[in-house]
Amino acid sequence: MMDGLTPALFSAAQLPEGQPVNLSRRGVLGAALGALVLGVALPRGAARAQAAAPAVQPGTRIPAFLEIRQDGSVLLKSPFIEGGQGVDTAMAQIVGEELDADPARFVVECAPPGPDYALVNGRRITGGSFSVRSAYPAMRQLGARARAMLVQAAATRLGVPAAELTTEPGKVVHAASGRSLDYGALAAEAAALPVPETAPLRAERDFRYIGKPVARLDVRAKSTGRAMYSIDVTVEGMLQAAVQHAPRLGMEPGAFANEAEVKAMPGVHSIQRLPGAVAVLADRWWRARRAVETLQVGWTPPAADARNVMPADFSSAAHHAVLAAATGPGNPAEVEGDTAAALRSATRTIEAVYDAPFLAHGQLEPPSATARWNADGTLDLWLPNQAPEMFQAVAARVAGIAPEQVKIHSPLLGGFFGRHFLYDSANPFPQAIQLAKEVGRPVKLIWTREEEFLRDALRPMGLARFRAGIGPDGMPVALEAEAVGEGPIGRWFGTAPGKADPSAVEGIAEKPYAIPNRRVVQVPLRHPPIISFWRSVGHSMNDFFYEAFLDEVAEAGGQDPYQLRLRLLAEKPRHKALLEAVGELSGGWKRGPYDAADGTKRARGVAMASPFGSEVATIAEVSLKDGAVVVHDVWVAVDPGRMVNPAIIEAQVNSAVALGLSSALLEEVVYVDGVPQARNFDNYPILTPERMPRVHVRIVESGAPMGGIGEPGLPGVPPAVVNAVAALTGQRVRSLPLAKTRLGAV
Amino acid sequence: MELNINGTTRSVEAEADTPLLWVLRDELGMTGTKYGCGVAQCGACTVLVDGQATRSCVTPVESVAGMAITTIEAVEQDPVGRRVVEAWVAAQAPQCGYCQSGQVMAATSLLKQTPHPSDEDIAAAMTNLCRCGTYNAIAAAVRQAAAQG
Ligand code: FES
Ligand code: FES
Repeated sequence: MMDGLTPALFSAAQLPEGQPVNLSRRGVLGAALGALVLGVALPRGAARAQAAAPAVQPGTRIPAFLEIRQDGSVLLKSPFIEGGQGVDTAMAQIVGEELDADPARFVVECAPPGPDYALVNGRRITGGSFSVRSAYPAMRQLGARARAMLVQAAATRLGVPAAELTTEPGKVVHAASGRSLDYGALAAEAAALPVPETAPLRAERDFRYIGKPVARLDVRAKSTGRAMYSIDVTVEGMLQAAVQHAPRLGMEPGAFANEAEVKAMPGVHSIQRLPGAVAVLADRWWRARRAVETLQVGWTPPAADARNVMPADFSSAAHHAVLAAATGPGNPAEVEGDTAAALRSATRTIEAVYDAPFLAHGQLEPPSATARWNADGTLDLWLPNQAPEMFQAVAARVAGIAPEQVKIHSPLLGGFFGRHFLYDSANPFPQAIQLAKEVGRPVKLIWTREEEFLRDALRPMGLARFRAGIGPDGMPVALEAEAVGEGPIGRWFGTAPGKADPSAVEGIAEKPYAIPNRRVVQVPLRHPPIISFWRSVGHSMNDFFYEAFLDEVAEAGGQDPYQLRLRLLAEKPRHKALLEAVGELSGGWKRGPYDAADGTKRARGVAMASPFGSEVATIAEVSLKDGAVVVHDVWVAVDPGRMVNPAIIEAQVNSAVALGLSSALLEEVVYVDGVPQARNFDNYPILTPERMPRVHVRIVESGAPMGGIGEPGLPGVPPAVVNAVAALTGQRVRSLPLAKTRLGAV
Repeated sequence: MELNINGTTRSVEAEADTPLLWVLRDELGMTGTKYGCGVAQCGACTVLVDGQATRSCVTPVESVAGMAITTIEAVEQDPVGRRVVEAWVAAQAPQCGYCQSGQVMAATSLLKQTPHPSDEDIAAAMTNLCRCGTYNAIAAAVRQAAAQG
């Protein structure tokens, strides 16, 4: 989710093409592959030595990634974590394309921590819609080199020159003699061979898997209950834990009023104090939960030096007023021309203030962590995470051991959307580590949904002030924007003094429109709650602010919003083509209002966004029912440059539309007196099936560098819907969610 | 207490008011049924009780003693359930997958009772939440499973 880190983190072109370091290393690699072919992992000592060696180039060592089994199936240890985005299948497609192995024969699992997997510009994260685009070159090369080794092994076995051999999915073929050998039968011999420096890549026109709607590898297990998530982990001898957190961050557990009663409850093992929380351990989780919720805890006020204290008087409404009152000048994110002068000479100026609330992730799997201390002082951890090495490092600090003594297991994620990065008090694993240490047994800790709503790290609240100047021809001559608040990049990675936090301004700065004078600044302001990455990060609200205001600009200039965008994109062929594509996909642009066949009055709105290296154009059609918005259809044209799996892209766009619409219509985390008012989905409504619109997707492969897919479908949805509502009702909604505003038809 | 789960009698030790969900997951190790909210909001915990889709997170185990409980683990043993699973695979419905056990069970219950549901029937029966927004794929899969029935 780290779009703002793009310059620092990522450039696909800079990724190593993957060559072994030197000749002497090659023998080692081959031997290791042999070991893996036999199904034996690298010996622990060897792995550690290699981890310490700076020479490891991520994505190059075949045995760290691939194991071809006797039966021809392929185990791929992926740098990424599957959480619904389809990355396991995409990796199998990319490697399978070059290895010449059917992706359906792949078993993909998340690799343990290690330097081999740092493929997102020297780091390893699953987020920022980075996975496929960052790993693509290395994974292709990896598959190609493994294929070359299999071909060489076959050449030796058959006594023919390698040049006479070809491959078909899963086998090496010697056409001249009509002989062929399955990969599974060659794997052990191939493993003993040196790893070639490079291997030829398949011509793109010959792709069989990349670019095709290859079936996902995980759907059957997920349709039959066999998929395993962190919450499903069982470890022999484990106790189960449930926690009760302090109502406000910073408070600590004081006296227990009914300790004896709770200890006597069925199955209870013990009560444990944790930083800012109490836990009950029991033989069954339900018993632990019931007991911890029965426990009457006196919470002491925060200590003077406590971190991240939630003020007792914090409310989201008052915080909104604080944002609204915070004035610039702010830190510049984009400055072009002279907006002050252009505004002075404009025919007309308009101003507006937009805002969006704190949001919860609401991933359907509640957070959990299972910790097991081993006799040798090492620690096994099973936990939802989007960055195994980062979690390993923090777990090691918490446990007081070295990182290589922490073994991280990364099961499937039951949704993530940015939830499973490191967020201080928002991650359960430090509690599990401490509890397991305390009781000398493995501990599985599950947070209830209620505790999750209490401790989730939030999508920040945001507010933006806009001013635009319009010339005599109705075209904008100047646009100024102040984004007030902070983003997760600044909070968790820091922002240079005087510089804007990219995650606070993305979606407002660097829009593609030809407005000659532009000034975008961030007015930094810290949010008291713990804030986080949330699907599409700053774009999740900033594109709403900007694109809705752009419709106001159009109206002030007497222009149709779609036509204005086309004019402003006249010199941007990629964007213009995409806007035309979505217009066509929707049957031709029409704003409305107009009468639909079912008797409803409807209207449409349009929006564009440039998130995560991809370009997106969105149109939404709405009507009103009892003062609430009904979204009938959403059309999305997405240009990811190049694609790996159109079916997964379409599914991800559907998913992003759903979450974007959920946020636009319904979602808002409300704090009163320092505590969130909603503790479950009953008071934090999310999109239900009956509110789901039809979604129409067109993928445009412009050939531009590959962009992301998991998040880009989201940012255009709130503004397209809000713009459609304005077209339908004349009401310009500048504050989300829409459910707050009573709407009436024109 | 004896429970009839997937055609087998299982004896369990749990307080009478323990939710069926946690008896299944913890006591019996059947983790296919998921915990999402615990308050009958999301449907991730849906199982069939005498054929009826039931949110097991708010179902006291005592209340279903002697009734026929079917979980996702046995869904393919039922011809309708098997058809639903095949339709789910064909429609490539799951994303993260966490809600999908409950979705498949809800669809199976619907089609066992109403083999040829209207769109309204589908909307009325398929109310489980999916944070990944797979709703359109789910509706398509239900229609496909019904068409093959
Ligand atoms: S867990 Fe039962 S309805 Fe959500
Ligand atoms: S597939 Fe993720 S919650 Fe439904």
